Amino acid sequence: MELIKLEDLHKTYHLGEIDVPVLKGVSLTIDRGEMVALTGASGSGKTTLMNILGCLDRPTSGRYWLDGEEISQLSADGRAMIRNKKIGFVFQSFNLLARTSALENVMMPLAYTASSLSDRDSRERARRVLERVSLGDRLDHHPSQLSGGQQQRVAIARALINNPPLLFADEPTGNLDSHTSEEILRMFQQLNVEQGITIVLVTHDAGVARHARRVIRMRDGLIESGLFGGADGEVKPERSTGLIAASLAE
Amino acid sequence: MFYLLRTIKMAGNALRRNVMRSALTTLGIVIGVAAVIAMVEIGEGSKKAVAQTIQSMGANNLLIQSGAASSGGVTFGSGSVLTLTPGDAEAIARDCQPRIVSVAPIVRARTQVVYGNKNWVPLYLYGTTSEFLDVREWDLADGREFTDAEVAGGADVCILGQTLVRELFGEESPIDEIVRVNNHPMRVIGVLSYKGANMMGMDQDDILLAPWRTIKSKVSGTSATTANQSAVVQQDPSQQVILTKQAYPNTSTNTLPAQTQSQALNNPPPLLPVNVDQILVRVATEGEIKQAISELSAVLRERHHLRAGQPDDFNLRDMTELSKAMGSTSELMSALLLVVAFISLVVGGVGIMNIMLVSVTERTKEIGLRMAVGARAKDILRQFLVEAILLCVLGGALGILLGRGGSYLVRVILNWQTEPSLPAIAASVAVSVVVGVIFGYYPAWKASRLDPIEALRYE
Ligand SMILES: Nc1ncnc2c1ncn2[C@@H]1O[C@H](COP(=O)(O)OP(=O)(O)O)[C@@H](O)[C@H]1O
Ligand SMILES: [Mg+2]
Repeated sequence: MELIKLEDLHKTYHLGEIDVPVLKGVSLTIDRGEMVALTGASGSGKTTLMNILGCLDRPTSGRYWLDGEEISQLSADGRAMIRNKKIGFVFQSFNLLARTSALENVMMPLAYTASSLSDRDSRERARRVLERVSLGDRLDHHPSQLSGGQQQRVAIARALINNPPLLFADEPTGNLDSHTSEEILRMFQQLNVEQGITIVLVTHDAGVARHARRVIRMRDGLIESGLFGGADGEVKPERSTGLIAASLAE
Repeated sequence: MFYLLRTIKMAGNALRRNVMRSALTTLGIVIGVAAVIAMVEIGEGSKKAVAQTIQSMGANNLLIQSGAASSGGVTFGSGSVLTLTPGDAEAIARDCQPRIVSVAPIVRARTQVVYGNKNWVPLYLYGTTSEFLDVREWDLADGREFTDAEVAGGADVCILGQTLVRELFGEESPIDEIVRVNNHPMRVIGVLSYKGANMMGMDQDDILLAPWRTIKSKVSGTSATTANQSAVVQQDPSQQVILTKQAYPNTSTNTLPAQTQSQALNNPPPLLPVNVDQILVRVATEGEIKQAISELSAVLRERHHLRAGQPDDFNLRDMTELSKAMGSTSELMSALLLVVAFISLVVGGVGIMNIMLVSVTERTKEIGLRMAVGARAKDILRQFLVEAILLCVLGGALGILLGRGGSYLVRVILNWQTEPSLPAIAASVAVSVVVGVIFGYYPAWKASRLDPIEALRYE
């Protein structure tokens, strides 16, 4: 069953008089329970695409269904609700609140959840999620008292607090050493396998992308390979033909 | 409700993350509110002190004087005809309740009071009733009031003010001593408590009170002329009497043959005395003076058989103008206070706005993150607004404590009267909230308008 469905998605930035097309017609489906790596050279439009998929941004044109719901026409508040309920984000720079305990960092998204939990329930839930990322003994630590890997695990716990079906991670290992990176990536795999959470891993690093079961490669605002599910990564014709023709012509 | 509590808690956490800065940010509000509270409490205290002073001078007293006589277009001064009677006083006491709580008729005289080898001309020499003390809210320091019998019978008793006691008796007790008033012996039965000068600087303690019949019949007839001349006279009081009588005989030359005893019996003298100079009344509260005046006028006009078009044959005077004049000073002070308070709170508010703007810029990334996890624009707006308001309210609360502490110190150290003001405290809290809303809104609005992607990318 498809969780994400894109149809001819365009995103064009306007810098004064100049139009900067970043996404030039992306069509894509991602099924529930997939673990996908979105790769490509720097500047190829990965983050831009992820922002749209994550309902942080709106496409210039094209259609986007998330969980069967048409997103591209939603209002800002509507998208905020979707982000709160259905999407978790993990960032390269962790983005934890300074001078705030791990527990409170993890609880933070609950403040914007419509079904209000009591303070005690919120804490209990945050504690359990932190235990899931093996930080049950670091509840009261502030970010400055945690290592990079631990901070990223707090960030993962925060992304999971509302039990979203979809997790986006933009260069989640960019600030970590290779050993810790491996640990974090394994955690993503585990979440994907054990809990069926759909994970979109954005990275320019082929070594990181290898941890995913499907790799979508982007180039210049178009999908180069991995358009369809399966680990083959084979480029099927259709929309990408133009691109191939272009690259062949070079 | 729950949502709001959570927002407040969140704002509290945010402020706690930078306690020092939060404290400095709200310092303007703290100082502004503290100044207002302290000044209002001190101002209210001095207002009350002034009010008490005015009260002691008779702020709610009304003076009724006999009207002006006019003849052939020439009008004489107040009291030139004696239209008021003791009966008027009784009628007022009877008919103008409950607005008028006490009424005292007054017969005035000005003459010398002699005791031993000392003499003094008191500023006020009043023939009245015991109610006078009640009208002026004046206690006795010693002795007793007049009895009803003494007032009715015109007994030879008197009550002295502090100044008169000092001048005639020095340190001795005057009670039961005999003083001579216009050569008429009177026994001192009481001493008034100290009252001080009135607003014109007149010594209110320079006074002698006696039953009005006594003054009317035995003193006032000859008083006006005797006072000054008698001052020249020798020290022996008995001799003085003779000399005065010789030099200025009271009796006018009698051109008619003397009355026989039977004639005298057939023509009893009229029941004297029948007129008083003034009637002094006390109104229950200052606010009721206007109504009291109209009720009183109605009673007097009725008793004096005045028809609709006729002018009053009496004058009414009250202290309203004076107390208003004194009150207006403190009102001006209050107005200035308000301006100062307003300015300081605006300055405090600008301080809050400044720091909130800095805070929004500094926390751009946090705002982006909050938006990414599902905060809507209005959530962000509310969060920063509540933060600003909380900051102001905490500052206001601290300011109230400081202000009250300040006014307490002023009371204890400078011994000034202060008066706690609940409205000022309520207003301070309200103003703090309003300042928070006004000066917190723009930064909060700015925060809520951030684009989550830009905000997340902000370094
Ligand atoms: N807000 C923006 N305004 C203009 N250009 C942008 C903006 N955001 C991204 N771009 C451009 O879009 C292109 C793709 O950016 P991005 O999606 O961040 O690439 P990636 O994440 O693959 O490195 C880049 O050339 C970048 O300069
Ligand atoms: Mg990127």
